Parts: sequence; structure tokens; C-alpha cells
Amino acid sequence: MSIKKSPLLILALINPEKSLDFTLQQWDLFVRQARRSGVLARFGYILESKELLTKVPVDALKHIQSAQTYATQFETSLTWEVRCIQKAFEKLDLPLIFLKGTAYAVADNIVSEGRVFSDVDILVPEEKLADVERALIYEGWKSAHLDAYDQRFYREWMHEIPPMQHVQRHTSIDVHHNVLPKTSRFCPNPEFLLANIIKVSDKNAWVLAPEDRVIHSATHLFHEGEFDHGFRDLSDLDLLLKEFDSLDDFWDKLLKRAEELKQQLPLYYALRYSSIILRTPIPENILNISKQWLPNTFQRHLMDWLYCRALMPNHSSCELYWTAFAKWMLYVRSHWIKMPVHLLVPHLCRKGWLQLTDQKDH
Amino acid sequence: MKSKSKEILLQIGPFSVLLESSLCAVIESVNNLYADFTILTKSPVLFTDFHIRIDRANFYRGYCRSQVQCYIDGKTPFKPLPLDQAFPFFEWGLNWVIASHVHYYLLVHAAVVEKDGHVLILCGKPGAGKSTLCAALSCHGWRLFSDEMAVIDLVTNEIIPCVRPVSLKNKAIDIISELSPGTVFGVSYKDTAKGTLSHMKPSKYSVENGDVRAFAKWVVFPQYKHGAATSLKELSKGQTVIELAKNSFNYNSLGIQGFNSLCDLVEGSHCYEFEYSDLNEAISLFDGLPV
Repeated sequence: MSIKKSPLLILALINPEKSLDFTLQQWDLFVRQARRSGVLARFGYILESKELLTKVPVDALKHIQSAQTYATQFETSLTWEVRCIQKAFEKLDLPLIFLKGTAYAVADNIVSEGRVFSDVDILVPEEKLADVERALIYEGWKSAHLDAYDQRFYREWMHEIPPMQHVQRHTSIDVHHNVLPKTSRFCPNPEFLLANIIKVSDKNAWVLAPEDRVIHSATHLFHEGEFDHGFRDLSDLDLLLKEFDSLDDFWDKLLKRAEELKQQLPLYYALRYSSIILRTPIPENILNISKQWLPNTFQRHLMDWLYCRALMPNHSSCELYWTAFAKWMLYVRSHWIKMPVHLLVPHLCRKGWLQLTDQKDH
Repeated sequence: MKSKSKEILLQIGPFSVLLESSLCAVIESVNNLYADFTILTKSPVLFTDFHIRIDRANFYRGYCRSQVQCYIDGKTPFKPLPLDQAFPFFEWGLNWVIASHVHYYLLVHAAVVEKDGHVLILCGKPGAGKSTLCAALSCHGWRLFSDEMAVIDLVTNEIIPCVRPVSLKNKAIDIISELSPGTVFGVSYKDTAKGTLSHMKPSKYSVENGDVRAFAKWVVFPQYKHGAATSLKELSKGQTVIELAKNSFNYNSLGIQGFNSLCDLVEGSHCYEFEYSDLNEAISLFDGLPV
């Protein structure tokens, strides 16, 4: 299947040169689609790498460069934050493993250019959680104000402890011991992840191996129930796959790891939708092998219908019929696969009640 | 009553802004307060910097609770407000888009006016009386630049006018109408987060010269204090840079560029702390400031 009438943002990411034919009115819409989806600065860096940025009309250019200015400052702050976390880890005899956005930045992946996010994510062995939490508290982080329910929700069921915030810098850190909730059927063995990490600087900075980084990105996106960053995350996968394509045996390792980590389904979706929506060049045989992971044709059609809506840029101009419904279905699905039903029903009831009564929910 | 959605495309300072709303109150207030502004027409050769939609919130909040929401490309950065605050919501929404997306100018939270080619920046905490001073000065021969933010060109260091209605709160509304009886005000909004709020229509002279930039000459930190004598104290340039940086929306994002720009601006300006209670005294003092 293919997307019939692609939004400008998708056209421009598939073929950046094409953006130079946009009228000013199209640039106007493009900037809003890209800004809303969180890829405006990224697009600026893509054009820059092709030496095309200066050909963009000045009205649109100033907005692109504005997003790049912000992203540059974000990168500086992130570098500082990483140093502060490294300092907190000095007393621990532990590798400091960064995940997601911070991992892309410390590993200097192309995908990190212009990528702005709110939390630093790290991975630690579950038995070291208490030590890590104590070390972070010692350096000025504290657990966000959560009630007893939330504390229990995180500590008993989730793959991370409650988010911690630094008291002076107000920066957030999520300390994970796995990449999926403990309650999920697809929860991988974290020891497999920890055994496949690589060091990326002479300081204490580690990341998951390239194939695991892709799988984690896929796992995250295809277990997600909210699609505010859905398109940005799909574009992350597109850029990661393009960058790692040149590594030795990358594609074979990717398939093998998906099986070892029980993440075949998310990887199948990642390969399928990045190739359908963003035309990511993925070897045909890899796509074919990944297809066997989906149980049946009905499910494939259903998921295509849902994800080709939910993963569009987050802008009204990119919505198809039933987009809101598709997002809602995937929201329900995300909870369904995260927790068994006897935990899920009371949890959702509580969330719904808090929303109805206008009480704060995290 | 829900009517058909209307669009108004305005040139507001250096920004082109498209307002979309199906609420008559919003359209009427814009027609009234932005009457002298350039209205642009949509065309394939026009780039619009910001799109803001003000409409009823979702079904439950919009119709059962009569609340209004500000949509910026589908994003809702604020909680819904009571329906009668729809027009101020547009003004707040516009402040938000500029402060969050414009990193190609240095933006400082301040009121700005100009006379004889010299700009006066009035910077201070909310409630310090900068909007009142700014409204009073703009009714007495000063040209309004903005009551909300100083927009500073990072290359030339000029201040760029961003003329909009001046938002006045509580007693300031009566004080300004008494001080300059000819001034046009919009609707009074009671019980907003800031108390009673009304917008003063900017003078035709300020609007028509909206593209004439100028350099800063004075940076003043005003403080209204009941019964206080008018007093102007010099402030060190270093302290002024620090205070302006604290009041900037995007100083942090601009790095060394922002620092250099602020230093240059302060270098060429007289810097003061100012305490007042009598507006007439304040006006004559500012008229006589050294150049």
C-alpha cells in the first residue's frame, strides 16, 4: 500500500530538493506541519547537509533557522546535563547507559541534529536501582511529587522508577531498568540489552548497540498510545536505518536481535511504516522476512489503517477521515499490551475519573 | 451563537498573523482595536508567520461550560477560559507564539516607546506599572512600539516596533481615560487572571509608522508605589544587562549573540531605576531625559 496524497512535510523529507519548488503559501503550511511535528530544525540540518538551506525563501528560512538556534542551545544544555549525570555516577561502579534522544546525541548520530526533547533516559540493572536513585538524590535530583498510587504504579509495574527532577536546573531524568513495563507480555530480558552496550566516549557514556537502538526506538513508538511525537519518532527510525545501513551485517543483526529481545512485532511495524510513509530504503528480503512476524492478513490491514493515520504529521492539514478514532484505538491498544486486564481496568477507571474531575494526572 | 468561521490576516510589527475565529466578539474587537492596521490578503505569494484560532473549546467545555480555547496549529498551550475572554485569549496566544518560536530577534519583556528617534525601554515585573506608563506616554507625544516586548534586531541592534493594543488592568484603565479623554478602549473584561482588563487602541500615528525602527536610548526599571515621590536613580550598566537578561524570553536560546546584543544595547543607553506615583510628573520627567 502507499500514501495517496502525501503532506508537504513527507514529500520534503523523502526528497528534500523538492521543497525548493514550494510556493510561499506551501512553505507557510510546511513550516507549521514541521514545527508541530518537532522536525523543523531537523529539516534545516538536512537541507544544510545538502547545501540547499540558503536557497529557501527568507520568510520560511528565518523560522527554520530559529528552530535550529533553539536546537543548538538545547544541545549545549544537554551536554552539560550529561556531565552532571556523569558526576553523579562517579561514586558508582556502573556504566552510564543513555537511551533514546540522549543516546543519539552522545553517539553523535545524524538523528540527533535538531532533535529537542524533555527528559534524559538512562538504563541501569534493576538490582542497582536503589544505588542509582541515592546517587542522583545526592547530586540534587528528587522524585517528582507523586501520590502513593503513582509511586506504586511505577515501582511495581513499570520499567522505570518515577521521573526525577533536578531541584535547581528543573531538568528531568527517567531511570529505566528495562525498555517495556514488567507487566507487558513482550517485556525483554534486560540482561540481553545490558550485554550489548557500547562505549562512545572516554568518559562514562554508553549506548545500546546500533541494532538495539533501532529496536528500542521501534518498541517505544509501537507501544506508544499518544502520537504527539509519532511522526518525529518515525522520522527518527528513518534516519537511524539510513545511517546504520552502511554498518557490517547491520540488517541481519537487526532481525536476529528482534527475535532475541521478543521485539519482532514492533520492528516489523517500524520497517513497514517507515518504508511506506517515508520511503526508507530497506532491503527487500529484510522486509519480506519481517512480514512473517505478523500473525494474519486481517491484522495487517487493520494496523495499516490505524498507523497510516496515527503516524501522519501532527497537523490538521495531514489528517484523514477517522484519524482521531484511529489514535484512540491505538491508545486503547497501548494499554492493552502494557498491562493484563485485571490491572488495566482499575487503572483506566482511575485515570478517567481524575480527568473528569479536572484533577491533575501525571 | 456559532457563526461561520472568519479569517483576518494582520501585519503586526514584523509578523504576519492569521486570526481565525467563529466568535463574533473576537472579530468585532479586532475590527475595533486593529482598525488602522494593514490587512493582508491571502495569496500563493504570501507567507504567514503565525496562525491562531480562537473558538469554543471541545463540546463539553465549549457548549456546556461556555469555555473558549486558543488553538495554534492544533496545539493548545493554555487551559480553556470563560467564553467572554475570547479576545484577550487571542492577545495572550499571540504573545505565546512570538515568545516560543521567535529566536531570530532578541525579545525582552518590556514596554517600549519612542520620541525624536530615541527609544525608551520600560522593563519590570508584572504590576510594576510599565503598561500604564507606556500608555500614558503614548498618549502624550511618544510613539508606541509595544507594551509587551522589546523586539531587538540581532544584526543592527535596532528596536523593531511591534504595535498592538495596550493591555491595561484594573485602576490603570480609569487613570488613562481620565488622563487622555480621547483614547479609545475595547471591551472591559472582568475577572480575568489579572483582574479587570481592557485594551487601549494604539494611536494612528504609532500604527502608521509601525515599520520605522530606532535605537534604544534609555532603559528604565519603573516601580509604581502609592504616594511615592518621583525619583530617578542611575543604575549600573552591568546590573542593567543582568536585569534585561532575566526579563528576556529567549536570551538563553541565543547564546553569545544575545549577550553581545544586550551589551551593545546597554552600552548606548542611560539606565535608571524609577519610582513614581504621579503620572503627570512621570511624563514631564521622561520628556526631559538627557539624550
